[in-house]
Amino acid sequence: MARDISEQNSAIATTGPLPIVVDSLAKHYGTVTAVDSISFTIEPGTIVALLGGNGAGKTTTIAMLLGLIRPSAGEVRVFGADIARDRYAVAQRMNFQSPYVDLPQRLTVRQNLMVYAGLYGIANAQERLEGVAAQLQIDVLLDRPTGKLSAGQKTRVGLAKALLNAPELLLLDEPTASLDPDTADWVRQTLMAYARARHATLLIASHNMNEVERLADRVILLQAGRIVEDETPTALIAAYGRETLEDVFLDVVRGRSVTGRSDTAARRAS
Amino acid sequence: MSVRDTMSGPEPVLLPPTGLMASLRRVRALLRRYIYLLRSSSVRLVELIYWPFLQMLTWGFLQKFLASTQNPYAKGAGVLIGAVLLWDILFRSNLGFFTTFIEEMWSRNLGNLLISPLRPAELVSALCLWSVLRLSIGMLPVTIAAFFIFGFNLLDLGVWLAVFFCMLVLTSWSLGLIAAGVMLRYGLGAEELAWSLAFLLLPITCVYYPLSALPGWLQPVALALPPTHVFEGMRAILLEHRFDAQDLWWAFGLNVIYLAVGYAVFSWFLSSARDNGSLLQLGE
Repeated sequence: MARDISEQNSAIATTGPLPIVVDSLAKHYGTVTAVDSISFTIEPGTIVALLGGNGAGKTTTIAMLLGLIRPSAGEVRVFGADIARDRYAVAQRMNFQSPYVDLPQRLTVRQNLMVYAGLYGIANAQERLEGVAAQLQIDVLLDRPTGKLSAGQKTRVGLAKALLNAPELLLLDEPTASLDPDTADWVRQTLMAYARARHATLLIASHNMNEVERLADRVILLQAGRIVEDETPTALIAAYGRETLEDVFLDVVRGRSVTGRSDTAARRAS
Repeated sequence: MSVRDTMSGPEPVLLPPTGLMASLRRVRALLRRYIYLLRSSSVRLVELIYWPFLQMLTWGFLQKFLASTQNPYAKGAGVLIGAVLLWDILFRSNLGFFTTFIEEMWSRNLGNLLISPLRPAELVSALCLWSVLRLSIGMLPVTIAAFFIFGFNLLDLGVWLAVFFCMLVLTSWSLGLIAAGVMLRYGLGAEELAWSLAFLLLPITCVYYPLSALPGWLQPVALALPPTHVFEGMRAILLEHRFDAQDLWWAFGLNVIYLAVGYAVFSWFLSSARDNGSLLQLGE
C-alpha cells in the first residue's frame, strides 16, 4: 500500500500566503477517521484534483477548506487566513460549486445571481451578471425559473454563481457528475479556460479519472483519509507503468501499489 | 457548445467585505431573495392571510355567541379576538422566521449561503426583519377584517398595541432561533419537533384565560415567559381599562434574556453542526 506523504508536504506549508496550505489536517467522527492528518499546499494558478473512491475523504477535505466542517486537528489556511477562525477575511476571494448544493428552484436564474452578487459585494451586479451569463451561454435562461432547467443548464447556472465574483480560488466537488459527455466536456473546457485566463487556482474533488487526466496539473490521491499519491497525472501513469489514470487508481485502491510500484514519497526518496 | 473567452466581459467591482455597510448589503441581498420567493407564488401570499383570517372568524363568532349569554367575562370587549390576533402575531412571526430558514434547507441552498461572505448574525437579522414584514402582510388585512366583521378595533389597545407587538415578535425570534438551530444540527428529520415549538407556549402563556386559571405551581413558570405578561396586559386593558407598565418592563427584560439564549443556542447548534459534518447532509 502506498504511504502517507504528509511529512514531505509539511515543510512546504510554512511558506507565504499560498491559495491553499493544509497542515496535518484530520477529521474524526467518533471512532471513524474521515481524514487522517493530511498536508499539502497548492500553488497559485494550478488545477489540482483531489481523487479517491467513495469515502476516501475528498468531500470532507473540501468542506474543511470551505469552513463547513471544523477539523479535529490541523489547520487550513486560504490566502494566509486560518479558515477555522478567519474565513470571512477571504470568503470574497473564493467560491464553490457542487451538484450537491442547489440554488432556490422558484427564483429565476437572474434573481438567484442577483442575490449572490449582493452577498459577494459586487457593485456592478447587473453588468457582471450579464457578462458571466454570456460567457456561460445562459443569457437566454436568465428569466426562467431555476427549477425548470435541465441538469446541464443547472450546472452552468451553478458555475455562473461560482464565477460571479471572479474567484481566485475555486473549489469544485464533482463538477460534471450526472452530465452528458458533451456538457461535461464543455464544463471542463470552461474551467480550464477560466483558470488559465485568470491565473486562478482550482481544486476539484472527483472520481472521474478521465476528467482529472484532462484537467489537472496535479493529482492528490486519497485513500481512507490519507494522501497516498501526489504527482502530475503523467508522472503517476509513468510511475505505475499504466496506460491511464484509471488503471493507476485501481492499482492504488486495490492495494497493488506495494507490489513492484512505489508511492510518491518513496519514489522521491529514491 | 463552444467555450467563450472567459476573460472578456466586465470585471466584478468588489466592495469591501467588512464593516456595517457590507453587513447591511448582505442583509438586503437576503431580503431581496425572500421578496423574490414571495412574489414567485400568489398561493404563498394568500396563505399568509388565509389561516389568520380563519382563526379570527372562528373565535370572533365564538365571542359573539358568548356575548349573547350571561357570561360577564365573555362580554368583555373582544377579549377572545384580541387574544387570537395577539397569539397570531407571536405564532406567525415565529412561522415567518422558521419557514424562511427551512426553505433554504429544502432548496439545498444553505451550503451556498454558509460558504459565502454572509455571517450568521446577518442571516439571523435578515430572518428577523423578514418575519416582521411577512407578519405585517398577513395581519394587516385580518385586523381590518376583524373591525368590519366583529367591530373589534385592535387599536383600542392604544399605544400598548405597539409594545405588545414588539414583545411578541421578540419572543417569536427566540423560538425561531432555537428551532433553526435544531434543524441545523439534526436536519430535516427534526422538522416536526421544530414546527411545534411555538405551541409549547400556548397552554402556559395564558393566551385565552387569565393567569389565575393555572395551578399555583405553574404560575411562576408562566410569569417567566414574556407572552404571559402581554396577554394579561391585554385582558387588563380590555376588561378593566387599566394596565401596569411595570409588568411590561419585566417582560422586556425576559425577552432580552431569551433572545440572547436563542442566539447562543443557534450559534451552539451551528458550531456543533460544523463539528459533526451535518451541514453537508442537511437531508432527512
